[in-house]
Amino acid sequence: MTCCTSAGGIALTVANDINKDGEVLLASHLVGDGIRQTDLSVPSIHCGACIRNIETALAALPGVEAARVNLSTKRATIRWHDGAPPPFIETLRRAGYDAHVYDAGADVKDTAFSELIRALAVAGFAASNIMLLSVSVWSGADSATRDLFHAISAAIALPALAYSGRVFFRSAWRALRHSRTNMDVPISIGVLLAFGLSVYETATHGPHAYFDASITLLFFLLIGRTLDHLMREKARTAVTGLANLASRGALVLQPDGSRVYMPINEIAVGMTILLAAGERIPVDAKVLSGHSDIDSALLSGESAPLAAAPGAFLQAGVLNLTGPLTLSSTATAKDSALADMVRLMEAAETGRSHYRRIADRASQLYAPVVHATALLTFVGWMIAAGDVHRAVTIAIAVLIITCPCALGLAVPMVQVMAARRLFESGILLKDGGALERLAEIDAIVFDKTGTLTSGTPRLIDPTAVDPEALQLAAALAVHSRHPYSRAIEAACAVPMQTIKPDAVTEQPGCGLEARIGAHLYRLGRANWALSDSASNDAGLVLAKDDTALARFQFEDRLRDGTHGALETLKQDFSIEILSGDHDAAVGRIADKLSLRYSAGMLPAGKVARIRDIETEGRKVLMVGDGLNDAPALAAAHASMAPATAADIGRNAADLVFLHENLDAVPQAIGIAREAAKLVRQNLVLAVGYNLIAVPVAIMGYVTPLVAAIAMSSSSIIVIANALRLGGHRGRDTTAAAATKPVPLNIVEHA
Amino acid sequence: MDDFLFLVPVALLLGLAGLGAFMWALGNGQYDDLNGAAERILLDDKDRPL
Repeated sequence: MTCCTSAGGIALTVANDINKDGEVLLASHLVGDGIRQTDLSVPSIHCGACIRNIETALAALPGVEAARVNLSTKRATIRWHDGAPPPFIETLRRAGYDAHVYDAGADVKDTAFSELIRALAVAGFAASNIMLLSVSVWSGADSATRDLFHAISAAIALPALAYSGRVFFRSAWRALRHSRTNMDVPISIGVLLAFGLSVYETATHGPHAYFDASITLLFFLLIGRTLDHLMREKARTAVTGLANLASRGALVLQPDGSRVYMPINEIAVGMTILLAAGERIPVDAKVLSGHSDIDSALLSGESAPLAAAPGAFLQAGVLNLTGPLTLSSTATAKDSALADMVRLMEAAETGRSHYRRIADRASQLYAPVVHATALLTFVGWMIAAGDVHRAVTIAIAVLIITCPCALGLAVPMVQVMAARRLFESGILLKDGGALERLAEIDAIVFDKTGTLTSGTPRLIDPTAVDPEALQLAAALAVHSRHPYSRAIEAACAVPMQTIKPDAVTEQPGCGLEARIGAHLYRLGRANWALSDSASNDAGLVLAKDDTALARFQFEDRLRDGTHGALETLKQDFSIEILSGDHDAAVGRIADKLSLRYSAGMLPAGKVARIRDIETEGRKVLMVGDGLNDAPALAAAHASMAPATAADIGRNAADLVFLHENLDAVPQAIGIAREAAKLVRQNLVLAVGYNLIAVPVAIMGYVTPLVAAIAMSSSSIIVIANALRLGGHRGRDTTAAAATKPVPLNIVEHA
Repeated sequence: MDDFLFLVPVALLLGLAGLGAFMWALGNGQYDDLNGAAERILLDDKDRPL
């Protein structure tokens, strides 16, 4: 099937197979009886043929007991006999699939979800059966049958309440113990009192039992709860499924000369690390020997690669591009630059004003009002009629009718619909609270490298370069994975067929060297390619026997749709750029987009700037991708990151967008605002329903039949209103088709 | 009315059977990979969950 071959073919991989075995072993776990299990994240699985290709390729490896692909999570699970791990990743790459080790330890089985689903199933079963019995009672069954049906209903309701109600009782109890209230408190009290009263009615052969009301209530509320959980879970697995790009360990040269793959946490200061090209620096280290180019875009936001020579200090997390390096570690993992960033991020998070979700704020007001009303009703009827039984019945009817069923369903239902629409536009939402916060923002801060720009350099004005020189340069460039080489390769539309350079060698930190006939060609830094050049230009030079043939200048390319997205956003928001890159590089981009900017920002500086904007009374959306953005992402009121972001940034962000196009930002804000409007409408509907129903309940006219109809109809109204959010889809897809989003390959950010 | 009372246990038993079937399917991993299951219909190989 074509979808697979293309997907596998496009994925550019930075090959670093050498240490993969060690990494696979570290991430696997024993599942008993000498069998180990490994989970691989394979983002390019698309169809049934992929399933078969991957399963047959893996199962054919010696030592593999079974392999199973999960298409929904885009993951492959392999069981193999303990020993040296078979070459899983290598095998998959040969089959055309990019695979990353997936840490199964981080993915504890989601017990909360299966508990909710089970509770929902039991409540659904009980509600439908009790409702069946209730209908015959309402339609006038004689008293003997009525009592029998009440008794059967009680027998069904008791276990269902005990099983399905736990979700709410537990949370309500926790809240009460800390002398707080949440929405689960009125729910639990209402449901339990209704059940208790009904048991009493059944025992005394009374006419009104509320078994149906209490169980249906649980059922509706569990639907809301389950949807809420489902949404968060889906986004979470999708984000973790994006593959863990951070290195898990490194090859350490032992004093006796042997090489051991060690987990990062066990690497001590002064150890000698062997680092292949294409790997990330595991801990802060000094270069002992070797030359290479270093990509620190994720760490500092700097777009141009830097040269590394012996004696240079490298921070953990930067990417080694071209040559192997021998390093001496200068810090342990917990003292490395990466760990500093985590600490900074945690500090930023605690400093962030605590956001309380709309539903929580609503229930904070709601619970006391409801309980006071029920109590007053009881007191009122005691004074008016003096009949305890009647007063209790009416007070409980008030509790049932005001149970925040619509509230519990109103908010999650809208958020699930919004999350679905975001998902269809390639945006993953972490939780409903993030959506509410996103709707409130009025200022946006962008990072430059990797956020406004795609993070990969592009040749400036390729038509100005002599086409023949460009072809020659491209013929050399295919031999390197340096970003500039790739840019030249991409710029050359017609690859050269006639001349084949021989003996191409890469001089890490300098460039490429090749012979064609008797001539020596060099493509690289000016001061290396030309012996007499003292210029320290950022670009590349193509030289033939020490004379320059062509010069190449590069720039970081803007993401697709950046201009359009920013034009839309400028109308409503104040926008600025905070970047760690040099002033010149940031200035060029900022001028092009006519935005305010600050260059050379450190992570703490970005956080401080966001705090400044917030003290002006604005709420900030941070959009960033690098490690250096992570603290700012955590500090901002809401945050977004592209899928290519560093793991830590992706985890800190509230929303992650998968497509290359920056249109995702205005799209997400638009959907969030629409959702906020629907949530408010739903809350108004819920309050309006109570304004009508509560007086009726207080007067004592609410029988079980009325309660069942009122509750169901109010729930259906808020659900129908929430579904309107999905109804706009037709209009949106036509708008989206004009700027077709480019599916993004999830590859190493190089 | 009394003639139809036998329908009550019948309805309950049918409901319980459905509930039981759902619980089994959930525990058995039948819902773990819905997209994959849809595609696997097209494969001829023997298919066994892990």
